[in-house]
Amino acid sequence: MARSNQQKNGRVSDRLFIFSLVFVVAIAAAGFLAPWISPYGAGGFEEKQILEAPSLAHLMGTDGLGRDLLTRVLFGARVSMAVGIGTALIALVIGSAYGLISGFIGGNLDHLMMRLVDIFYGLPDMLIFILLSLLFGRNIGGLLLALGLVSWVRFARIARGQMLQAKEFLFVEGARAMGASRRRIILHHILPNILGPIIVTLTFSIPAAILAESTLSFIGLGINDPYSAWGTSWGSLAQDGWRAMRTYPHILFFPATAIFLTVLAFNTLGNALSDLLNPRGK
Amino acid sequence: MLTFILQRLLHGLAVIWFVATLTFILLRLAPGGPFDSERKLPPEVLANIETKYHLDEPLSKQYLRYLAGIIHLDLGPSYKYLDRGVKEIILDTLPTSALLGLLALVFALMVSFPTGLIAAYFRNSWIDRFSLLTATFGISVPHFILGALLIWLFAVQLGWLQAGRWDNTASMILPTITLGAAPAAYIAALLRSTLIEALGEDFIRTARAKGLREDAVLFKHALRSSLLPVLTVMGPLTAALVTGSFVVEYVFAIPGMGRFFITAVTDRDYPLIMGVTLVYTAILVGANFLVDLCYAYVDPRIRVY
Repeated sequence: MARSNQQKNGRVSDRLFIFSLVFVVAIAAAGFLAPWISPYGAGGFEEKQILEAPSLAHLMGTDGLGRDLLTRVLFGARVSMAVGIGTALIALVIGSAYGLISGFIGGNLDHLMMRLVDIFYGLPDMLIFILLSLLFGRNIGGLLLALGLVSWVRFARIARGQMLQAKEFLFVEGARAMGASRRRIILHHILPNILGPIIVTLTFSIPAAILAESTLSFIGLGINDPYSAWGTSWGSLAQDGWRAMRTYPHILFFPATAIFLTVLAFNTLGNALSDLLNPRGK
Repeated sequence: MLTFILQRLLHGLAVIWFVATLTFILLRLAPGGPFDSERKLPPEVLANIETKYHLDEPLSKQYLRYLAGIIHLDLGPSYKYLDRGVKEIILDTLPTSALLGLLALVFALMVSFPTGLIAAYFRNSWIDRFSLLTATFGISVPHFILGALLIWLFAVQLGWLQAGRWDNTASMILPTITLGAAPAAYIAALLRSTLIEALGEDFIRTARAKGLREDAVLFKHALRSSLLPVLTVMGPLTAALVTGSFVVEYVFAIPGMGRFFITAVTDRDYPLIMGVTLVYTAILVGANFLVDLCYAYVDPRIRVY
């Protein structure tokens, strides 16, 4: 009985994994292919079709300037994906390096470095982010850097914990006995063994960054020039819709749904991956 | 126990000092200032303003003045609101935000405990699946989307509640749900998994074998051992409530500290930003301190070091 339940759950989780993976890849592809697959141009201002409800010509309707909302959401996918992946990579590099070094050196320095991580970990993300964005400015580069600096601590903790564990492995001791350099031990022996948890953390930090960026754009503290030709973030689109929600709910509905489904898909993917890579944790 | 309390207190103070210093450095490094405007001010006027706010002093002196101010609970003047100091603004707005946060926390606990218990007890039943699904949604839905959805449904379509007010009980319902939904989902999911684990333990079998009634097994034995993990997440949860309150106060136009913080950031009202940041840090430090105390009370092993 218990076994059949487990198998059943296993299948459900596999299906969810594949489904969310396909969804995430589809959104990413839609974002990067936005200029080619969008039904209309990015900039178009059409005063004859302002605030139209969804129809066959405009599947998601049009906004206050008569722009096709589907096109805007597709271009927004590009911004959100770039922000999510970019942030996660910056956090990955900073956090893993910090954690690996801290764990590898050990002792007092390790203790001090981890205290700093504790402090950052306890503070609300949004608070640190807003303070940092004052320093870096509200452009895409500053945004990525600030978001990355907010989420690096998770990587630092994981990397350090894994490093402490890995240091105890016999093959590491063997490598050290053979006179391998620190660099070689870290890159060739330890890093491959700690990739699993880092990939899981990476998967979770992408939706966190997408969520943070859209929330900031929504409350008006996001990228300063949200109307660049490159695309408008889903959060800014949602804010446009928010202002018109009482009369034209579709302008809010589609960007909001895009944010929600993407974050949900990434979180599901992260859960499935962590089950997959860590079977003991089940 | 006393050394433990003192140690945690000292640690808390160190965190507050660290954050105060970090904010000071960050905001002094930040380009542009509150007095940059479209129209260039005459240099004499600018010099006068700088003298008034002590911005002409060397940085070290400014820093010491700022720290001394914090010790005396004086957070300085606001750059934007000339008639009120930072402290007055915070005293005006903090109660509103604190009430919202407390309501959301109570809501989260009231929803999550029964849900987590029922889901764990009837695991893999339809009711468990349904609550897990709802919890997954609750964790993934951003505050502003949930808030907008609730306003659209209950205020615009049904007309049962009004949005954009904060003066009677009815006006507090939607903001409370919006802010409390994610913590509720999070605690419910956590409680479910720790309870399922606890229900599989030997001492539960023993309790059942003794002939204890099922409710005693569940509440006295299983639930008690599942409370520790929930207690552990209360610290991060407070941080999440703070972050969420920025957005919820913005969406529902609630005159709380979070909304003033957002305005202060747009205005580059540095003393106000620093003051609010400090208050948030103090709240978090306080929450973590309480959690540590409860933890030490519940689990004697922690008191030792």
